[in-house]
Amino acid sequence: MRPFTKHTGLAAPLDLANVDTDMIIPKQFLKSIKRTGFGKNLFDELRYEDEGQPDQECDGRPLREEFVLNQARYQGASVLLARQNFGCGSSREHAPWALDDYGFRSVIAPSFADIFYNNCFKNGLLPIVLHPDEVDQLFAEVALREGAEIVVDLENQTVTSPSGAQFEFVVDNFRKHCLLNGLDDIGLTLQQDAAIRRYEEKRMQDAPWLFLSREQ
Amino acid sequence: MSAKTLYDKLWDSHLVQQRDDGSALIYIDLQLLHEVTSPQAFEGLRLAGRKPWRVSSSLATPDHNVPTTKTERMSGVDGIEDPVSKIQVTTLDDNCNEFGITEFNMKDIRQGIVHVVGPEQGATLPGMTVVCGDSHTSTHGAFGALAHGIGTSEVEHVLATQCLVQKKSRNMLVRVDGELSPWVSAKDVVLAIIGAIGTAGGTGFAIEFGGTGIQSLSMEGRMTVCNMAIEAGARVGLIAVDDTTIEYVKGRPYAPKGEQWDMAVEAWKDLVSDKDAQFEEVVVIKAEDIKPQVTWGTSPEMVIAIDEPIPRAEDQKDPVKKEGYARAWKYMGLEGKTTLADITLDRVFIGSCTNSRIEDLRIAAEVVKGRTVASTLKQAIVVPGSGLVKAQAEKEGLHTIFEAAGLEWREPGCSMCLAMNADKLGAGEHCASTSNRNFEGRQGFGGRTHLVSPAMAAAAAIAGHFVDVNELVKH
Repeated sequence: MRPFTKHTGLAAPLDLANVDTDMIIPKQFLKSIKRTGFGKNLFDELRYEDEGQPDQECDGRPLREEFVLNQARYQGASVLLARQNFGCGSSREHAPWALDDYGFRSVIAPSFADIFYNNCFKNGLLPIVLHPDEVDQLFAEVALREGAEIVVDLENQTVTSPSGAQFEFVVDNFRKHCLLNGLDDIGLTLQQDAAIRRYEEKRMQDAPWLFLSREQ
Repeated sequence: MSAKTLYDKLWDSHLVQQRDDGSALIYIDLQLLHEVTSPQAFEGLRLAGRKPWRVSSSLATPDHNVPTTKTERMSGVDGIEDPVSKIQVTTLDDNCNEFGITEFNMKDIRQGIVHVVGPEQGATLPGMTVVCGDSHTSTHGAFGALAHGIGTSEVEHVLATQCLVQKKSRNMLVRVDGELSPWVSAKDVVLAIIGAIGTAGGTGFAIEFGGTGIQSLSMEGRMTVCNMAIEAGARVGLIAVDDTTIEYVKGRPYAPKGEQWDMAVEAWKDLVSDKDAQFEEVVVIKAEDIKPQVTWGTSPEMVIAIDEPIPRAEDQKDPVKKEGYARAWKYMGLEGKTTLADITLDRVFIGSCTNSRIEDLRIAAEVVKGRTVASTLKQAIVVPGSGLVKAQAEKEGLHTIFEAAGLEWREPGCSMCLAMNADKLGAGEHCASTSNRNFEGRQGFGGRTHLVSPAMAAAAAIAGHFVDVNELVKH
């Protein structure tokens, strides 16, 4: 996994509550068996006028001009500002894959849905929960000046607004450690194989019916 | 020893290692796999040269992409017309063969929606931890099992390590007291709950559903309730084990037998919250107050009883809600409409992991029996949750009731719930659907979904618009 330490980037404001993962990446693109290539279909129904198809070239598709990512001033954005309950609904990891593939490194919102929040960390994408007032302030500052950048510092757990205001955020130590160092958590868990085997052996004694083979 | 909730008990019995920052490794007993969220996980294993930790803990079946028409299904995978869908289903077959995982493929009568198949086979057992790369894994909580919907990286993590890294959720109890009214079902109960607490109301919580209104439900009904816990924001939904649970599991193919059965039942009796267990939140709903529910907007919390007027954006005080309502009104094309009956329906879908089990089909059949689907409808389809549900329904003659009434009888799969196969809504079409999500575009680009119970969907199919099923059956 690509490490995340400190990132400075253009912020795009998506002023919509309860953005679900169907909205982030519609179902027809879930037929891919790869982890990459979802960026061009990120927010497909919000972004384009027509219905997107898998494997379709997106250059030349009619754009919804009013959508934030279609506006000239937000081209190249890498920090997404969002509203409450971002990423609700389906567990599809294609949602963080699409955000990452588009070029986002961090999403800032007052709250996230659990599964989406969790999926982000597995993909080097940092979801940050700030107080609703702080998110409001970021929205206001970003609207005020074209090219406004936000600084996300994972080491110090701070977000710096375009005007220099600094907000602290909370992140679990283990997740922070994995993200800072780009660590694969399967490898880390496998270092605990003795503990897993110990658990398994005891459980086999206590509840042997959980270990029946799945013969036809 | 302090009193524990059911969730606490399940958590404690699966704890492999607690970490300082609150996260933990918990052991996973069962992983269900399907074709959409597993290919990248298997690819990850291959790239890292890893093998599954314990193959007997996994069970796979294709469901999201499979076609539901007889002609396409007759030749198995080869019959899938959409080449991209076909690759995904073939990839699941190949991965299961390569890694030695039991799979019910498209030609197997046991194939179906993972959340119907697991319980039907007795693969899902009380006291287990269950995961699947699908948010509706919460369904299995109906058995007093700790079930989490997970992402693909976690699918790979569980395959490789048999563990999930998880932080313990907080405890919430949703109690439904009293007796449900006639024709009010589990679906109405859970929609009413989501309406009361909102789609983020359960975020960070494991919700235990209890009270007489829940205890009186069949296992099918309990699965419907837990299935939609995620629509209230909770990754985990739970219902305590009782005789209904044990009766359902008994004799199923993968359920323990003989001496192991007796041992298991003894252990399962403890799968209830202790009397004085503490919940951080308690929500109480009166069963008698619940009427048949219909969603009017683009989020499951945008739900009302059949006799209520559609709420208007301008009447909302909260600015975020106001904006959300305005957007939903526009998307759903509600201008000029005041009640649910004003909406002309185009399609009806009875199916999905929420409502495609035998009981759901029996109820729908009872409503449409001897009646005819409205001529204004373009289509009404019934999609059973598994090959075995389909066989049972046919044994009971339900398919002939549906077909006589003008509904199409299909092959098992996820179908129009998320429209990854050919079953979908056209732009602007309104659908009465027994599925779980009414998000924009969920059932097809520009499609307009209204979530309802099987009885209400069946009644809507007959009337061509929403109607209280109690009224319809009177005539």
